[in-house]
Amino acid sequence: MAIEDATLSFEQGELVSLLGPSGCGKTTLLRIIAGLIPKTTGSVRIRGEEVDGPHPDFGFVFQTPNLMPWRHVLDNVLFPMEILRRCDARAKTRALELLGMVGLDGFHGARPHQLSGGMQQRVALCRALIHEPALLLMDEPFGALDELTRMEMNDLLLEIRARTRATVVFVTHSINEAIYLSDQVLVFSRRPARIVERLEIDLAYPRSAQTRFSPRFTALALRASRALGVVH
Amino acid sequence: MRKLIYPPLGIVLTLLLWHWVCIQFKLPTSALPTPAQVLDAAIGRWDLLLSEGWVTMKETLYGFLLALALGIPIAVAVSNSQTLNLMFSPILIALQSVPKVALAPILLVWLGLGIESKLAIAWLVAFFPIVVDTSAGLQSTPRELLELARSLRASRWQVFSKVQFPAALPFIVTGSKVAVTLAVIGAVIGEFVGSSEGLGYLLMSATSQINSPLAFAALFALSALGILAYGLVVGIEWLLSPWLPHSDERTDR
Repeated sequence: MAIEDATLSFEQGELVSLLGPSGCGKTTLLRIIAGLIPKTTGSVRIRGEEVDGPHPDFGFVFQTPNLMPWRHVLDNVLFPMEILRRCDARAKTRALELLGMVGLDGFHGARPHQLSGGMQQRVALCRALIHEPALLLMDEPFGALDELTRMEMNDLLLEIRARTRATVVFVTHSINEAIYLSDQVLVFSRRPARIVERLEIDLAYPRSAQTRFSPRFTALALRASRALGVVH
Repeated sequence: MRKLIYPPLGIVLTLLLWHWVCIQFKLPTSALPTPAQVLDAAIGRWDLLLSEGWVTMKETLYGFLLALALGIPIAVAVSNSQTLNLMFSPILIALQSVPKVALAPILLVWLGLGIESKLAIAWLVAFFPIVVDTSAGLQSTPRELLELARSLRASRWQVFSKVQFPAALPFIVTGSKVAVTLAVIGAVIGEFVGSSEGLGYLLMSATSQINSPLAFAALFALSALGILAYGLVVGIEWLLSPWLPHSDERTDR
């Protein structure tokens, strides 16, 4: 068994980070929540309703953008709507709005390979949001980006969240990223993964670069580091 | 500019060297005709070369299309079903190692001297690269894209038509490039073994009459045909996938 007795509950509109060392099973947990891999024991419920198997009410963002190189940016964003057979004019308008929101106005006709890594991940974010999922599952989505782009994307995510009120589960191994983004951070130990710490992040919104240097931020980062065993 | 000048210059130099070798060593025309003699034969018999070339082209393209029509569905079936994969992959691999050209006499006995036997040989040699590359392409679909489709409860057909097949397309094109070149060889082998028309036949009959200039002209016509067939596939690739930035980076086998 990869994960031991973990009980997670998320409030509507909350951003929860799963923080832990690489290979501890955070991603596995995310895939179980998404219904992509069968759980051996335990249960996943949304609004009290048991989830068994894949659920279209979820949006997915992966470590790599995984855009389809044969589709234009707009068609990449619309992919979920095609699968759900809801690809109408309204969907298209919404796709263009989302692209505008992530700062990709005018790029809807571009091919993925013409975009930088950060821009591709923005498109992937739009693709995850297009069908207005109740829950956004993000698996180290900014891990492959450089530090500056990553900080930009963090701010973008906070902004999107404020606008869409989506509930987000965010997997990361960056302490700073987890604290900066979240309302709640769950710190996992090495395999077999257990939740070793549950941090309520009471930093005020809107958060900005200043937040990263506040004493409260540092204190929370220290607690997370202790829980991870990085600092004794 | 350099790219415009040097390739033709290379061709001219090679032709001059060829000519020089013929003259210098007083080679008999039957052994090695000069470029001028070959050109003479090509111009004198252009209608013959064209009509025989047309026959070989038809055999090549039909064989190739047949290989596509049968190869792609088989690759799809084998890569989508664990059972079929386990049952038939070993046979496919075993068959692939049979020297297909050696089957030419047998196919001739079965199908006769007409176009059918050439078509069958061209099909046979073109078939395997298409099956192999198509299955490789279908299996190369990123796992995350399949998960994304699955998380949206996509049907099998949606997964195939919207994700797997487009992802495999570059591989299918790569396989097709190899296949079409092999199909030319298949068609010519078929003509060698038994035929009364086609460039392969012309080549055989010209050499048996010690008409080397014509044989060489047929040889050049054959390579022109190969380039043309390859060019057709490249053209189709260009039409199908202008989005492919990787097609130059990928190494063709």
